[in-house]
Amino acid sequence: MSADLLLSSPPVADSDDDGGTAVATRIGRSRLILRRFLRNKLAVFGSCGLLLLILMAIIGPLFTGWDFMEIDKRAFLKPPNSTHWLGTTRAGRDVLALTLHGMSRSLIIGFVAATLSALLSAVVGTASAYFGGWTERILLWITDLMLVIPNLLIIGVLMRGGVTGNLAWVMLAFMLGLFGWMTTGRVVRSLTLSLKNREYVLAAKYMGLPAWRIIIRHILPNISSLMVVNLTLGVGYAVLGETGLSFLGLGVQAPDTSLGTLIGEGASMATTYSWIFLTPSAVLVFLVFCITAMGDGIRDALDPSSQSGGVVGGKRKKANKSAKTTDALSSDGAYSGAVAAVEDNAPKEV
Amino acid sequence: MTKYVIKRSLNYLVLLFVACSFAYLLAASFLNPYSVYFGRQPPVDPDVIESIMRECNLSNQVSLWERYTTWLTKIVTDWDWGCSPLQVSVNEQIGMRVWVSLRLVLIGTLGGVIIGVLVGAWTATRQYRIPDRVYTFLSLLIICTPSFVLGIMLQILATKANNALGVRVFEFVGEKGPMGDYPLAELVDRLQHLLLPTIVLILLTAASLSRVQRNLMLDSLGADYVRTARAKGLPKSKAVMKHALRTALIPTGTYVAFTVATMFVGATYTERVFSFPGMGQYGVDTILAMDVNGIVATTAFAGVCVVCGAILADIVVAILDPRVRLS
Repeated sequence: MSADLLLSSPPVADSDDDGGTAVATRIGRSRLILRRFLRNKLAVFGSCGLLLLILMAIIGPLFTGWDFMEIDKRAFLKPPNSTHWLGTTRAGRDVLALTLHGMSRSLIIGFVAATLSALLSAVVGTASAYFGGWTERILLWITDLMLVIPNLLIIGVLMRGGVTGNLAWVMLAFMLGLFGWMTTGRVVRSLTLSLKNREYVLAAKYMGLPAWRIIIRHILPNISSLMVVNLTLGVGYAVLGETGLSFLGLGVQAPDTSLGTLIGEGASMATTYSWIFLTPSAVLVFLVFCITAMGDGIRDALDPSSQSGGVVGGKRKKANKSAKTTDALSSDGAYSGAVAAVEDNAPKEV
Repeated sequence: MTKYVIKRSLNYLVLLFVACSFAYLLAASFLNPYSVYFGRQPPVDPDVIESIMRECNLSNQVSLWERYTTWLTKIVTDWDWGCSPLQVSVNEQIGMRVWVSLRLVLIGTLGGVIIGVLVGAWTATRQYRIPDRVYTFLSLLIICTPSFVLGIMLQILATKANNALGVRVFEFVGEKGPMGDYPLAELVDRLQHLLLPTIVLILLTAASLSRVQRNLMLDSLGADYVRTARAKGLPKSKAVMKHALRTALIPTGTYVAFTVATMFVGATYTERVFSFPGMGQYGVDTILAMDVNGIVATTAFAGVCVVCGAILADIVVAILDPRVRLS
């Protein structure tokens, strides 16, 4: 329904000033997307949760009373009490302070890695499709190669032999970004393939615009919805990757800490001193849940075939099959959603 | 189709070779196997260490290129993947660990696939009703939980249950433990050890697969041919099973083919949490033990699994979907 409304509107660049008509009230694309997003309760819950966690990571350490490096020599392995709200570790460090610091570490690593891999996938995907020929062959071959190599092992090797100490997290973030772009890159490529022969791209080409300009001005805006969704979900992936590696002892190293390092520390004594394990685990699951719910919500809001936002303007029809919640962790889902999103975007560019 | 498969396999063979060489050069230049012998009491003679390293083709006094060619020649001529800095044969280790992994993940993966498909298909027919909402929420929650967190949570619960019952019903360390003296004691013991990791694997596989299957099923339930089937008077159950589910199973087939092929290396965290000495665990152990040859062998093994999965997925979709032709 809403998609029809958008498509039938006159193809103007600034869709925000669509006037109201007698038949139905028209609203701009950004407001439509926002409205759809806000109707998805889980997605709103996820964004609020994520915002809360980020806020806690920033201002939380001011209120705990303990620094995450600080060692309390009178409290080793103490369960939650009035001085240490969530207990202490074997070394006498405050679990609450550690969790807050670990959460900010994991979040930063997640954002850096996701941004890097989104950039890489955009560059490789668009370049391979747009230039074609040998560029495409070589780039595709590299993509395949990196898919065959088990990322976990290679990042582990690099982390084990590379930087240690307090800057290990920077290295880890870059590694996760460097090894995380392949699937998205392939999706970007197939989308670019469908775009590169559109009239406006050809027109730009014959006007003599350089290739990089065409890619930035005419192709990337059309796959922006895919990129936004993948960036959001990519943060979740990167956080999971980081915590996994740190859990195995191949990521962030003590005395610095991340959620994974902390869970790894608590894991060996989880059955007897469970608080060290439970707090960071709960935070981790909640964090990834919020990011995934938010990413799902953004995807549904951007997908014009989705009716998750209800029907705009006209009579409310009972939403049935197309109001599907697409799968967060399958790239195929992202693909179908993005294809539809591209179709939706196209008239704007003409 | 045979021609297509052969062509793709050849392409993948080159890819695997490059991947292994890359992994070898990276691991050999980044890791320091000598550190395994540092800080030993009593200290090991440096000459002895050097001779061991030379024997294992790990010496840093030999040039990287020479080590690489020696390593490659040994594999090509004797199928010998070398040994660890502590002189444990890589071939032997992998030969043992593959079976451990297989025993661990077989039931979990297959069970997870079946449950995932059934739950996904069933919830799709109940879209937006309470069971659908509950299962969708639960599967999202499980997907967001890393396997190590899930595994340790189960361990905590199992300890509580064991203490409450007064007998050790749930076991969670290793493949087998001390067992009683009664017929079939070994089988019972092994099953006890398998129970918790299998639950983890089933939950994880089923959660992600049910989401995929639900979406596919929703698409095919709304398709014209299902409506036609209903319109010509087919009962709903028959229309759903024969017309909707069948088409919705095609993409799942490729997904399952890929999952089954990669299941040997896909359970690293579960193996680690439950102390199963399998392939996933081996990969981590080799990195921690600076075992260059072991790392490369694991990379090669994982690469073969991924490649087999990709080829298998192609074949499965060609068999299931008559519209697809491989060429």
